[in-house]
Amino acid sequence: MTDVSIEDDGVPSQEVEDVELYHATSWLTKYVFSQDAKVIAIQYACTAIAIGLVALVLSWLIRLQLAFPGAIPFIDANVYYQAVTMHGMIMVVYMLTAIFLGGFGNYLIPLMIGARDMVFPFVNMLSYWVYLLATLILAASYFVPGGPSGAGWTLYPPQAILTGTPGHEWGIILMLASLILFIVGFTMGGLNYVVTVLQARTRGMTLMRMPLTVWGIFTAAVMALLAFPGLFVACVMLLLDRTLGTSFFVPAIVEMGERRDYSGGSPILFQHLFWFFGHPEVYIVALPAFGMVSDLISVHARKNIFGYRMMVWAILAIGILSMVVWGHHMYVSGMNPLFGFFFAVTTLAIAVPTAMKVYNWVVTLWRADIHFTTPMLFALGFLITFVNGGITGLYLGNVIVDVPLSATLFVVAHFHMVMGIAPVLVIFGAIYHWYPKITGRMMDERLGKIHFWITFLGAYAVFFPMHYLGLVGVPRRFYEMGETAFVPHSAVGLNIFMTVMALIVGFSQLIFFYNAFKSLKHGALAGGNPWRAASLEWQTPETPPGHGNWGKQLPIVYRWPYGYSIPGAPDDFLPQNAPPQRGEHAT
Amino acid sequence: MLVAAIMALVVVASLLFHFLSPWRPTQIASNWGFIDDTLALTFIVTSIGFVAVVLFMSYCLYRFRHQPGRRSTYEPENRRLELLLGGITTVAVILLLAPGLSVWGRFITPPEGAMEVEAVGAQWSWSFRLPGADKHFGSTDVRFIDTANALGVNPADPRGRDDLIVANGELHLPEGQPIKVLLRSIDVLHDFYVPELRAKMDLVPGMETYFWFTPTKTGQFEILCVAYCGIGHPQMRGTLFIDSDSDYRKWLAAQKTFAQTRKAEAF
Repeated sequence: MTDVSIEDDGVPSQEVEDVELYHATSWLTKYVFSQDAKVIAIQYACTAIAIGLVALVLSWLIRLQLAFPGAIPFIDANVYYQAVTMHGMIMVVYMLTAIFLGGFGNYLIPLMIGARDMVFPFVNMLSYWVYLLATLILAASYFVPGGPSGAGWTLYPPQAILTGTPGHEWGIILMLASLILFIVGFTMGGLNYVVTVLQARTRGMTLMRMPLTVWGIFTAAVMALLAFPGLFVACVMLLLDRTLGTSFFVPAIVEMGERRDYSGGSPILFQHLFWFFGHPEVYIVALPAFGMVSDLISVHARKNIFGYRMMVWAILAIGILSMVVWGHHMYVSGMNPLFGFFFAVTTLAIAVPTAMKVYNWVVTLWRADIHFTTPMLFALGFLITFVNGGITGLYLGNVIVDVPLSATLFVVAHFHMVMGIAPVLVIFGAIYHWYPKITGRMMDERLGKIHFWITFLGAYAVFFPMHYLGLVGVPRRFYEMGETAFVPHSAVGLNIFMTVMALIVGFSQLIFFYNAFKSLKHGALAGGNPWRAASLEWQTPETPPGHGNWGKQLPIVYRWPYGYSIPGAPDDFLPQNAPPQRGEHAT
Repeated sequence: MLVAAIMALVVVASLLFHFLSPWRPTQIASNWGFIDDTLALTFIVTSIGFVAVVLFMSYCLYRFRHQPGRRSTYEPENRRLELLLGGITTVAVILLLAPGLSVWGRFITPPEGAMEVEAVGAQWSWSFRLPGADKHFGSTDVRFIDTANALGVNPADPRGRDDLIVANGELHLPEGQPIKVLLRSIDVLHDFYVPELRAKMDLVPGMETYFWFTPTKTGQFEILCVAYCGIGHPQMRGTLFIDSDSDYRKWLAAQKTFAQTRKAEAF
């Protein structure tokens, strides 16, 4: 049975030592060069959202070109491919990874496990500043000769570093330098998340009493520490190929009629390194989202998450399996075709633990007490888009089905649904959910709901039909389709429809920003625990929590974080740190 | 109430879109009907899962929405239910995987005696080479590439002299004959894609890749490059003609051998 027992108090005798905190003495060290995980979290989140907005605008350029080819004078092939490349890289790395791990990880881990701060606060601060530098260097590539790289977000050599590719002069160098820095910064942050979870949990917070949010972020951080080095070496080697003329990835080639000085390299080696990072990256984004959505559903359905232990094991199984599936991005890359058997089996095997998570979320709703709050709506929207995008993964993972679909819009639709829309819905849900803890005020529910419906239905209307263009065979990464007999004329209308929806969804985000800024001052006062949630972060003595989170004494944890509607308990939730009550049973 | 209805409507709309949309895979023109069958099977299995999960969710949203006095049932685990759901999913995955892998096995094993054709990609055009009368390709190397020898055929290799060079991007193949396409790139990654064939594969500089198919319909099909190969990527087009035997022979007779193209260049 799940760990709600209170035998021996349920509290391990060993105490976590209280850490000595660095106390900020000036405005600058308190709010700018802060070593408080909560401030760093906000810095991370704001930077990620800011650069994410750049990527959103770039996505409009892409969609406008696809719907109205050539109609907008300044979108030429260069601009288009640069937009595609920067949009992809920013969204996957600089926005999603940064906001989930740097943003939510920093804010939630210490609060949810009852720690005062991250274990290495100074390294934590450095992590943010290196991330900011990486982001600025990436953004700077818009201001160098030739503009940013237009190599496609996968940066496949040899094309990424050769003429005939936008930004091959400066853009690609800045891109690689920025990625290298990002990974350096992330490693500092990631070590903090892992060590903090392992070492700084408060009394009674056993691993099996951690909220699934922490499990998701923790596992993702471990995976990232294992996967990012693959990208790191790939970037270093590609940078050397570009600047010093080494030939790690470039064989002997003739480019535009001229023999180049490269010889002996392997373009496929880069793909292995890239996807050794790139596939786990999908789950580095997904696992924190999984965790957070579990908490949102549980709180707002007033029900314990169903099958907690299965959820934990599923997170770990997904984490481990995701490290051995990278080759499914390379089925038609020319690698040894026998690998297809191995990678198809491991890829489809991930479907089992992932499906278990989906079932457990849905079964959590069974016999629940569902409140349709904004965070709950976003969690439900996530469920639908994630299931939709997840099952199309079965098409692309099953090697032979992937053959006709690879490199078409089907792939674009699939990954936008599963790792674009689904995690972004969770991010919004999580912001609406934890905003009261961060600011002490509620966000406006009415505006939140309007924001949700436009975002969810609009994004679904963009990416669901896109699968069908992929089925027809419309390739991705085409600046213009031109006259092509196998694409029916009706695709033009569909493209216009998708673009209009994308514009609407994009602009509707203004509702969110208006709500977030307005509520800072004018939102209803939240109190410490407005959602009546059981997990630890809602039980801080102050809201927003002060420096060190817990005042004089660290909390003691007696049970799991999903104590909702426990039979015999007077309230419909029982905080993790509430002393054991009479009538509380091991079942 | 409304939320439950809208979520259920999303499923209904998705299904309607699936059945009513005019966007279907192109008519197949090769032996890879197995791929279409596996795709169809995947559609059935996954759609059942999607519809079941979301409709069940919508039902829960309707049935267990908050009402005054409602309290949820405390049920941390149900091992039997979890095992059952896990079991069903495992069966579904095996159902998709087993036929998929068996078709993949065929896909990577060209039949004995398949006719070999080489497709060569360069920014941003397609060229082709046929082995000529001796049925053997001459060796190649990028060192030999110049304006008179765009494919880098080794001039010293006697097997290469009768190789037929097709430089205009138009490839003709006979209907009903298994074809093994050998793929080579002289600069960046390209990908040989004809939607009607279903089969496709990357062209990787520095190595040779392959795929095979048997054309089953005469006609004219577009060849696209679908591995992003720089600014001219969308313009990299070719045409595949699937001919009747006699048409194919006529076309073949009109092609120039490597030796002939060298001579023509010399004048």
